[in-house]
Amino acid sequence: MTDHNKRVDEATGTNLVGHEWDGIEELDTPLPRWWVYIFAATVVFAAGYVVAYPSFPDVGGTTGWSSRGELDDALKAQTAARAPVVSAIAATPIEQLAANPGLMRSAIEGGRAAFKVNCVQCHGSGAAGSKGYPNLNDDDWLWGGDIAAIQYTLQHGIRSPGSEEARFSQMPAFADILSRGQINAIVSHVRAISGQGKPSATGAQLFAENCASCHGPEGKGMREQGAPNLTDGIWLYGGDRASLTQTIAKARYGVMPHWAGRLDDATVKMLAAYVHSLGGGEANPAPAAPVTADAATGEANVGS
Amino acid sequence: MPATLAKSGGLFLAMIIALFGMAQAQDTAFAVHMGIMALAALIAALAVMKGADVAGQMGHDESVYDDAPVRWGVIATTFWGVVGLAAGLFIALQLAYPVLNLGLEYTSFGRLRPLHTSAVIFAFGGNALLCTSFFVVQRTCRARLAFPGMARFVFWGYQLFIVLAATGYLLGVTEAKEYAEPEWYVDLWLTVVWVAYLIVFGGTIIKRREPHIYVANWFYLAFIITVAMLHIVNNLSLPVSLAGSKSYSAFAGVQDALTQWWYGHNAVGFFLTAGFLAMMYYFVPKQAERPVYSYRLSIIHFWSLIFLYIWAGPHHLHYTSLPDWAQSLGMVFSVMLWMPSWGGMINGLMTLNGAWEKIRTDPIIRMMVLALAFYGMSTFEGPMMSIKSVNSLSHYTDWTIGHVHSGALGWNGMITFACMYYLAPRLWNRQRLYSLRLINAHFWLATAGIVFYTASMWVAGLTQGLMWREYGADGYLVNSFAETVAAIRPMFLLRAFGGGLYLAGALVFAWNIAMTIAGRIRAEKPMTETPYNPAADRPLPAGNLQPAE
Repeated sequence: MTDHNKRVDEATGTNLVGHEWDGIEELDTPLPRWWVYIFAATVVFAAGYVVAYPSFPDVGGTTGWSSRGELDDALKAQTAARAPVVSAIAATPIEQLAANPGLMRSAIEGGRAAFKVNCVQCHGSGAAGSKGYPNLNDDDWLWGGDIAAIQYTLQHGIRSPGSEEARFSQMPAFADILSRGQINAIVSHVRAISGQGKPSATGAQLFAENCASCHGPEGKGMREQGAPNLTDGIWLYGGDRASLTQTIAKARYGVMPHWAGRLDDATVKMLAAYVHSLGGGEANPAPAAPVTADAATGEANVGS
Repeated sequence: MPATLAKSGGLFLAMIIALFGMAQAQDTAFAVHMGIMALAALIAALAVMKGADVAGQMGHDESVYDDAPVRWGVIATTFWGVVGLAAGLFIALQLAYPVLNLGLEYTSFGRLRPLHTSAVIFAFGGNALLCTSFFVVQRTCRARLAFPGMARFVFWGYQLFIVLAATGYLLGVTEAKEYAEPEWYVDLWLTVVWVAYLIVFGGTIIKRREPHIYVANWFYLAFIITVAMLHIVNNLSLPVSLAGSKSYSAFAGVQDALTQWWYGHNAVGFFLTAGFLAMMYYFVPKQAERPVYSYRLSIIHFWSLIFLYIWAGPHHLHYTSLPDWAQSLGMVFSVMLWMPSWGGMINGLMTLNGAWEKIRTDPIIRMMVLALAFYGMSTFEGPMMSIKSVNSLSHYTDWTIGHVHSGALGWNGMITFACMYYLAPRLWNRQRLYSLRLINAHFWLATAGIVFYTASMWVAGLTQGLMWREYGADGYLVNSFAETVAAIRPMFLLRAFGGGLYLAGALVFAWNIAMTIAGRIRAEKPMTETPYNPAADRPLPAGNLQPAE
């Protein structure tokens, strides 16, 4: 900084500092004013901020703000805004939701949100399911497709450990009971009744002896047992020979968790309403059904 | 001769120890790494025995700069740059087309992503820093490199570190700390290399022939010392076995997270900012042939940058279990960092005062100006994103990816390319670069690539952030995560397109450097030709006064 002989840079008219490294010199330009002012302003802002907001261990800011508090307030505000509708849903028996289209619509929306958090992992974001996880958009139901049956499945689950009232059934593993040839024959029969192959008399005979008690003589399934309809071309684990052989020989044991206790009753109810609305929802069964417009016209899909 | 014998003997001993480690290895990855170490020791021993100049003593002449490691560094920078950018393009395509994970663990996104980040930051950027620092410190100190043998060890040791890190990622070895993934034994190796680097660099400064230390060297020194400190503290860990690749961090929970982001943020601050500002402070004034804009600004912005940067890390942990007070301090230090960061941009851009026309005529200057412009944009965007209410929208979204790449592609990439273009003809004594027009092509490919990249990521980030927090009329969140991914897929494709353009530019760069090294000169029209009309270039004859209009 010692400037014994001040030299001036011609292009800018600024003094040179006087040092030189490998031909590089430095100008003695003062700090740009705007730079200094903005820098000072950010420092002032910082000083104000640390007073207003928590900035020292175990000391709050003068605004009383905290990130947890901010989240808490936001969640409380949303919960409060939803409270009237949610409590109305909670107070309405599920069979009667459809009688109140406004409430039903709200329930479906709530169910849609809960579905995205809790159900998409298995059933997919479009509820189309995948191998082992049923598609909820079609009208093929293992355990029942009216809104109360869906609610029951949601509450108690399917083969869910720890739930006394879970829907339960267990298909035997026929590898221990039948020979490989016999299983092959049954596979042929199942493929025949689902329109995929030639009939097999042996298979039909074996089916009648071993399978009809749950799947019915025609293979149309039985909801009390959660036994699927084998004739509709809708498969949970696949309808090709290899998958069917695997299913019959080793059996399947799909589990759906029970949601009672994990989600509150109103949320389970809303989920039932949402799943019911997806396309395959069935009307309330006649004895329990109140006389509503939907039930009277027999309309299956009350949600759409 | 005894020295050669001792050196090669020591290297053979190192090889045997590595082979012993390989035999005792607790896991495959450790065995592979010990095998690589043994191979490296063998190659070094054979090189010593064949009489390679490992000590850098051959033709030792204190009146000539020691540029061999710089030349290797330029080649390494070019090579790793292309590798790292290609890896980046591949993982960008994996996000758009998951089938490109190929169903193998070795090629899954989770393993290739750190391969990309480390290749571009530490292999491409790190080699650029190594070789430019060796070049700059000699010239600004007017002294030959101190400890030439150690300088060679630094270069080759650093390449070994890169190979160990890269193979480790593919094999699934990771500490799960972003930008510090390599495991304990690779960390120890890097520590040895880095201390040697400090000794070579510091030694050269100590033997300098100039009374003062040039500003570029302040920045290089800050980069070397701080990275050493960050690297050691963040990697403190306990190996499960001395013959295994797994270790556990010395810190736990939120302390570990804070240590990691203190490291992670300052890797940006001292590796990608301070180190590259050092490059800028030498190469911009040299290429522009102008004095640095302001000596006073360089002092003030250096010290304010160094002091403020180190505290800003907690802004990576906004709205986490990190206590609010630490988040607040991370935010205010980031906001105060804005002007100190911009000091470097001002000093770089305003150095062109009196030489602005070079932006038109000199494609290297144009590249430097672009780099400084992106440096300014991303160092404004960074403090802005550190503000809590902005961060609550931007955090965990692709906005962060866009921000990082505006800095990485725009600032670090372009300033590095510009410096390599400066260095190549000088290091290999060529009349000029193979082609100036190809620099221009590279410039436009890269610029278009950055625009596609950052713009698509900004849109993707805002889309994600807004969709995540979107409430419907009934008071419920509207979107599931998978729906937000589906919504930004078009942006993934645009990003990959931008990355492809940038990679194409880098390939043009590599071709240009390779041809320059090969001593070729492309026959081409000069970049600018000032029009010349010989007919008008003479005095008017007497009495032939032109009438006024």
